[in-house]
Amino acid sequence: MKKIIFAFLALGVAAFAAGALEGEVEKQPLNISAIIMFLVFVSGTLGITYWAAKRTKTAKDFYTAGGGITGLQNGLAIAGDYMSAASFLGISGLVYAAGYDGLIYSIGFLVGWPVILFLVSERLRNLGKYTFADVAAYRLKQGPIRTLAAFGSIATVILYLIAQMVGSGKLIQLLFGLPYSWAVVLVGALMVLYVTFGGMLATTWVQIIKAVLLLSGATFMALAVMLQFGFSPEALFAKAVEVHANGEAIMAPGGLVSDPVSAISLGIALMFGTAGLPHILMRFFTVADAKEARKSVFFATGFIGYFYILTFIIGFGAIVMVLNHPEYLDLAKQAIEGGSPILGGNNMAAIHLSHAVGGNFFLGFISAVAFATILAVVSGLTLAGASAISHDLYASVFMKGKIDEQREMKVSKIATLLLGIIAIILGIAFEKQNIAFMVGLAFAIAASANFPVLFLSMFWKKLTTRGAVIGGSLGLLTAVVLVVLGPIVWGQIINGDAAAAIFPYKYPALFSVTVAFIGIWFFSVTDKSDDAKKEIEAFDAQDVRSQTGIGAEGAVSH
Amino acid sequence: MKQEIVKQIQENPKYQELVSKRSKFAWTLSIAMLVIYYAFILVIAFDPSLLGTKMGDGVMTIGIPIGVLIIVFAFVLTGIYVRRANGEFDELSREIKESVKG
Repeated sequence: MKKIIFAFLALGVAAFAAGALEGEVEKQPLNISAIIMFLVFVSGTLGITYWAAKRTKTAKDFYTAGGGITGLQNGLAIAGDYMSAASFLGISGLVYAAGYDGLIYSIGFLVGWPVILFLVSERLRNLGKYTFADVAAYRLKQGPIRTLAAFGSIATVILYLIAQMVGSGKLIQLLFGLPYSWAVVLVGALMVLYVTFGGMLATTWVQIIKAVLLLSGATFMALAVMLQFGFSPEALFAKAVEVHANGEAIMAPGGLVSDPVSAISLGIALMFGTAGLPHILMRFFTVADAKEARKSVFFATGFIGYFYILTFIIGFGAIVMVLNHPEYLDLAKQAIEGGSPILGGNNMAAIHLSHAVGGNFFLGFISAVAFATILAVVSGLTLAGASAISHDLYASVFMKGKIDEQREMKVSKIATLLLGIIAIILGIAFEKQNIAFMVGLAFAIAASANFPVLFLSMFWKKLTTRGAVIGGSLGLLTAVVLVVLGPIVWGQIINGDAAAAIFPYKYPALFSVTVAFIGIWFFSVTDKSDDAKKEIEAFDAQDVRSQTGIGAEGAVSH
Repeated sequence: MKQEIVKQIQENPKYQELVSKRSKFAWTLSIAMLVIYYAFILVIAFDPSLLGTKMGDGVMTIGIPIGVLIIVFAFVLTGIYVRRANGEFDELSREIKESVKG
């Protein structure tokens, strides 16, 4: 693989130096329009960061953009967090490789949203301040609950970061012919800049702008595909079935979710996981009140749903217009392994399709947008991870709340830098994994540790600190252990063979979520301490605030 | 929040109306979404070929419109909830807040 990368690099440099593209060089030309668009994005987003930095003075500004984001803006930002490189490249790549299975993923990612709206979003807004741990620890003991929530957040954030880093590496590898590791380092450095200087305000606006660009680009691609087939889905699918190696199997659920346990477990991970992702939950604190929080979810669900329908069309479009087209084939790989592998792997299907429908200029645009996507999502993730470290662990647990805001922000910035370094190292270590599966793992942990504690803290009066800590830890531990023993880590990474796994399922959520809920229930109802009594008594006041918003955090006007 | 105020709000009939109406509405919609989604997942788990049933003479299977409809359904449900919550429920919340101030 290294040889191929260096070959690309050499070709890229040669093309740049010669200015004329001929022979083999045409396979991987240096795309000047793409590079210019990259640079425009980067300088634009740095400009936003500069603007945001001047408006980010207090901790509230840093963590929640002062609470002044509108419902529509926040909806776009949430959708932007969702329309990550993993969703865009991973799901369209999954549709390209397996057809219908990609749609199962999309639906799972989406249907958590309505449930979050109905049950969680308003309460979250009414109770919280900066992180979801503010809500979970509202009437429970700060120390243990925040420690648990911070570990759940950091684990989720790091797994999600890996997926994004892998996406960025592949993308720049394909577009520039640069070594994978260079891209990962570049993304890591830029995200640290955005977050440390611009805080949530910069992170949100980078996300909004990217969401608009990505939705526009994906719409254009889907329209271009449909136009080829006279807007007849039947014609598109018929052609795809004809050229795909799996034939008609791509029109029905297939190999991805092969057994009942996997299917149900994946469903639970996606649905509950959405309600436990720290970088998404954090967005509910950036709006002024419960009304805006609701509107956020309405817009977000609409944009995300629309986007997933587009990725489905894009995936099928890639089957027809990229598969078996020699210009997108990885000839070196084909010579060794046979079949028809495409350059950069299946996750690059959407990128190749952009070239097929819009030439080099549009390839440049989509690549630039995909790059912006990664930057925007990793920034949000890093901010959430850094908040867990500075606001939950350092300020609340370590300093017991006796800390001034400026110092807390400083810790947050150091944490951001640390996360950036960790993301770079892990991004390089996980180069060869399918990035959609990576996000699945992050979801399992969010669903098993963060969600049960958060949900029960708002809905179940009898929840106590002991129950939440033991049950939540059991959920987190079960999820992590089963992921480590599962087919990807124990199987493919350690033993080089998925079948060598000790735990046979890729998605542990069915088991780990059950363990968490049972653990929380059991260790709460058996908790007869005085503290437990006080915590149960404090539920009424919490419930009234969560239902009405009386006493909730307001917005700061700028 | 002081315990007396909590009690006062909890005894307010408007508060009781808000809580019962909203929780009934929210759970009904949530269960509707869950039932549809898990029905879909269970079909995939136990009888995946059902979604591969052909619709006509071509290659189109019923799985595809069903998948797209679930996405549309999710969006419509959020719209229904937001419409009622931003009107009726917020109005009740506002009245409760005013009664506390007064």
